[in-house]
Amino acid sequence: MPPGGQIIETKLGSPNAASIFFFFVIVVVTLIITYWAAKRTKTSKEFYAAGRSVSAAQNGLALAGDYMSAASFLGISGMVALKGYDGMIYATGWLVGWPALMFLIAEPLRNLGKFTFSDVVAFRLQQGPVRVACAIGGILTVLTYTIAQMVGSGALIRLMFGIPYEMAEIIVGAVMLAYVLFGGMIATTWVQIIKACLLIFGVSVLTLLVLSRFGFNPAELYAAVATQYGQKTLEPGALVTSPLEAVSLGLALMLGLLGLPHILMRFYTVPDAKAARKSVLYATGLIGYFYIIIPIVGFGSAALVGRDMILKVDKGGNMASPLVAELLGGTPFLGFIAAVAFATILAVVAGLTLAGASAYSHDIYVSLIKKGKATEDEQVTVAKRATLVFGICAVLLGILFKGQNVAFMVGLTFSIAASANFPALLMSVVWKRFTTWGAVASIISGAFISIAMIVVSPTVWVDVFHNKEALIGLKNPCIVSMTAAFALGIIVSLLTPDLSAQAKFEDEKLRTYLGVGAE
Amino acid sequence: MADIARTVARDVRIHKSAHEVINSPDFKRIVAKRWSVSGVLLVLLFVSYYGYVILIGTNKALLSQKVGEVTTLGIPMGIGMIVFAFILTAIYVVWANQIYDPEVERLKGQLKPQ
Repeated sequence: MPPGGQIIETKLGSPNAASIFFFFVIVVVTLIITYWAAKRTKTSKEFYAAGRSVSAAQNGLALAGDYMSAASFLGISGMVALKGYDGMIYATGWLVGWPALMFLIAEPLRNLGKFTFSDVVAFRLQQGPVRVACAIGGILTVLTYTIAQMVGSGALIRLMFGIPYEMAEIIVGAVMLAYVLFGGMIATTWVQIIKACLLIFGVSVLTLLVLSRFGFNPAELYAAVATQYGQKTLEPGALVTSPLEAVSLGLALMLGLLGLPHILMRFYTVPDAKAARKSVLYATGLIGYFYIIIPIVGFGSAALVGRDMILKVDKGGNMASPLVAELLGGTPFLGFIAAVAFATILAVVAGLTLAGASAYSHDIYVSLIKKGKATEDEQVTVAKRATLVFGICAVLLGILFKGQNVAFMVGLTFSIAASANFPALLMSVVWKRFTTWGAVASIISGAFISIAMIVVSPTVWVDVFHNKEALIGLKNPCIVSMTAAFALGIIVSLLTPDLSAQAKFEDEKLRTYLGVGAE
Repeated sequence: MADIARTVARDVRIHKSAHEVINSPDFKRIVAKRWSVSGVLLVLLFVSYYGYVILIGTNKALLSQKVGEVTTLGIPMGIGMIVFAFILTAIYVVWANQIYDPEVERLKGQLKPQ
């Protein structure tokens, strides 16, 4: 019997006054902000980049809001509650990409680009092939992540509010489309800032409530967990078995961040490279703090609510945080946490939609079809149309994949991001002899090797297609696919020397390092 | 000489000077410095994170060692990893604010005709 006593009945899954109240407050406040933002969203620079008027601290919060998905909030606390220390190992992997983003990409990205990461890759290469390849890499990344988010959110909202799955998808799609369509990046940024503040506040309160039951001493919490579930809970378990597998997953989590279009896009919302740099520090601090305290909530839920109860409500363990919130703070706090989880989903999906739309409207339509000569009106119109199409696709895909095992989609997203987008981005910044066809080869090979290897790996071949044995043993292909993308990018570049691209490298350096001519 | 060029053809002068600045030892030095600082920090990040992960894969007993009554060594190591990653990021920002930015401003000053 857990010391806190078990909740026999939970209000989870039945709409209650508190959760509906907080839900409406969040939706109303964010829609008012959207109305305000809509009046300031006339040009493409305002639509895609919030007029580059976001401060470093605001962007740090928004980056954190864009990155910390429901999967990290509910998933990692659930994983710690059910599997113990393995959940902590997983949590560290989600943070270590941020310093790498700072050291390699953040400042050059801000100085060289305009709205999307393909601006950087295409800076001195031929627009046509590079824009198409980048759009393929970008859209694949955003689409797989969107499917994972939408399927997860439908299931979570059904669990928390008792709303049918399809209805949940439509609500998420409609509210998120209202933000992005009318308020563009300004509204999206504020939704992400509000969400980050709510999430960090909610989880901090939850952490304090948990610790208050253990004399504010984490060691007592660990002791309670060890008494109930054995010392093994505090030891590394089955997550990391082979070092190769662990390094491959680590590479995908770390370097995948450097290829996530919705994260990269946020760097164009700040005025200059200095602000971009500071915003990474703020984001790293906030996200690091979050991943340090979230395991306490997970362990607290295991000790106070109990694993049986967590498993009874949801086999995946996703309800560990809401359950412990209900136990310690009553129904009002449960309502608050459920609403925060909902805001989390909205903010991430809004960011993804904006990034997905820009890959078509900015990279393909404006840069390629219109050769960069579209009027402001045309640019904003096509961006809004692309947003609408992407948003509707997100809802339809969410419904289409209902009940499917999409756990592999997140791994796939990070693998494609690390293999297709990141190598081309890095080589275009640092390597003079990088060429158009080198970039195309790198992006396309990175994307398709990732997809092919995941399909024949245990995560899809066995878990989804129910075959007896996988064709390859590696669950995360990143170590192979990213290496291949770098190798092919280098080999093809050396085979197709491009003197005009080399000549433009001086201009690029002037912008990369001094910010001269940056937009 | 430079003054004459500046008054005669401002555009040509800017272009030429951009080329000069990029090929100047000062510019090359600051670019090399930028990559060596971020390179060292990146190596520290890689060694610590992949070291941690490989250690888990190869030596679970070490991480399972108790450092408190029940607390295992793995717990402070995991938290330490996150804190260390933040410190590396902070070091870069301090370096860039104090050393890199003033250098960049100085080089940019050489570019612009006064």
